[in-house]
Amino acid sequence: MFDKLDQIFVTVLHWLVSFVPEGLRPVVSAMLCIAFVMAVFPGVFAITTVLERKILGRIQNRYGPNRVGIPFTKIRLCGFGQFIPDGIKSLTKEDIVPRAADKVVHFLAPVVMLMPVLLAYAVLPFGRNMTITDYDAGLLFFFAVGGAVEVSVFMAGWSSRNKYSLLGAMRAIAQMVSYEIPLILSAVTVVMVVGSLNLSEIVKHQNNYTFGIAHWHVFTPWGLVGFALFFIASLAESNRTPFDLPEAESEIIAGYFTEYSGFKFALFFLGEYLGMFAIIGLGITLFLGGWTSPVSFLTWIPSYVWFLSKLMAIVFVFIWIRGTLPRLRMDQLMNFAWKFMLPLALINILVAGIWHYMAADWPRWLVCSAIIFGAYAILGRGLMQNQNFSKRIYRYAE
Amino acid sequence: MLGEQIIKGMAVTAKNFFGSYVSKERLTTVQYPEEHLAQKENTRQFPFLVYDGDDWEKGLRCVACQICEKECPPKCIYIVKSKDKKPDYKGQPQLYPLIFDIDISVCMSCQICVEVCPFESIKMDTKFELSTDDRFGGLLLTKDKLAKSNSYYQKMHPQDAAESDAVIAGEKAKAEAKAKAVAEAKTRADAEAKAKAAAAAATAPIATPAPTTPPPAKLI
Repeated sequence: MFDKLDQIFVTVLHWLVSFVPEGLRPVVSAMLCIAFVMAVFPGVFAITTVLERKILGRIQNRYGPNRVGIPFTKIRLCGFGQFIPDGIKSLTKEDIVPRAADKVVHFLAPVVMLMPVLLAYAVLPFGRNMTITDYDAGLLFFFAVGGAVEVSVFMAGWSSRNKYSLLGAMRAIAQMVSYEIPLILSAVTVVMVVGSLNLSEIVKHQNNYTFGIAHWHVFTPWGLVGFALFFIASLAESNRTPFDLPEAESEIIAGYFTEYSGFKFALFFLGEYLGMFAIIGLGITLFLGGWTSPVSFLTWIPSYVWFLSKLMAIVFVFIWIRGTLPRLRMDQLMNFAWKFMLPLALINILVAGIWHYMAADWPRWLVCSAIIFGAYAILGRGLMQNQNFSKRIYRYAE
Repeated sequence: MLGEQIIKGMAVTAKNFFGSYVSKERLTTVQYPEEHLAQKENTRQFPFLVYDGDDWEKGLRCVACQICEKECPPKCIYIVKSKDKKPDYKGQPQLYPLIFDIDISVCMSCQICVEVCPFESIKMDTKFELSTDDRFGGLLLTKDKLAKSNSYYQKMHPQDAAESDAVIAGEKAKAEAKAKAVAEAKTRADAEAKAKAAAAAATAPIATPAPTTPPPAKLI
């Protein structure tokens, strides 16, 4: 019964595909998978926009949106209908293109933003047997298409012919390039230990239980650090606070999409959130056991439920961080990436190697934890020591 | 160590997040259409006309003197005087407004009309939910919409209403006293005249004594 529920999407897909002639089956199957991704993740995005506003409101002791429910009734659904009028509004707004803009590139940028983000979902395992393309170099594919987002950001910033857009795009490129390195290096540890780039393989490797607790990578010293690094880097990759310099609204209006309005703006918004979900999904797959359950007695819960609940939990932490931390300065951002995250990621690779070659016993826990803790303390001290807070001197404004 | 302060900050926001679900005192937002904050004593929005008693047409204090119309800075009041007269609260025959319009799309809530009114008849209302989909008719308040009872005013602005009631009571008492004095003088004069007439025609030394108590004065 639970097995059937777990495999319901797979069964339905096979059943639907069985109606079409043999030759068309791969195409139809692919179309249905695309339809699934296009239905589920924008839906999650819609819920998240409301959830984000509600959580931020609660953090600031406000209610957040709580009005829009079912029209013509008194049912309010705690305001979770808010995304419908928001969507209608952005669809019906005027689409303004600046006169001096490069119109073709300006038009293409949001499309180019959305395409690689949607492609990235092709390799994510959403559940047991629920990987759209079980690709052997899945991780590589994910990072490769993820890198294309930077192109679209710069296209948007450059084509708008607006100094704020360009500044935002420059910042975005600097930030994304810097943080992609710790992002990938922290993922490398998983590849080293599992010995495969296939994301389904990586999940399968974590789907074992000792004393009822799963072998998630985050429960090992290198995995914990790897997850922390991946988490911070994914915050930066998805341009979220405290790394939201590319679209810092108090400084450069909206960064690279200052000159976008209406549906193109909505596309950027959608692309950004879908990118965030994709990278969180990858983080879950690499370190948090993908669709597996953390304890063995909860394995009966369908795998896609686990995946989605982990996704929403991390989204909650993202929003929580957004409600807590202020924006970094550009030099702080760069210092953090190059002087702290990169060395720690390299040390973490070393630790993963030690973990792999030492016998599976308590000494390897001790050695690995000691190296990581020492590195963290020293690097952290180094990062904090260089700050000399002195009175700012204005040379020309005195 | 690095990250300590971040954990502390996260704890603060988490406390606020969960606290807002537990204790209602944290949430300062007033859910407006359902909840209202109590208004301040001196709140004022747009003017209204006070009437005494139950019938607004009969009890309207306004005597159509048009002072407010002349003083109104944005000229939002329009009054047409009546031809006939009606007795006011003192029993005095007075004019009354045939038409009394206030265009609240023009009114700037300056309260000058209230200050110049010698009859305590125009006062400031506290109603502010006046939005309408008819931008001309809906925002032009006619006499029937403007008339509100004195008890409403007393409930809305107890202090001001008490002052205004005192003024009216004073006026009334003055008028009564005057009427009484006039009546007394009249009776005395009558009595004197009678006595004189009696003395003049005094064939009998003992005249019927004049009534010592004056007849009750007409109140209204």
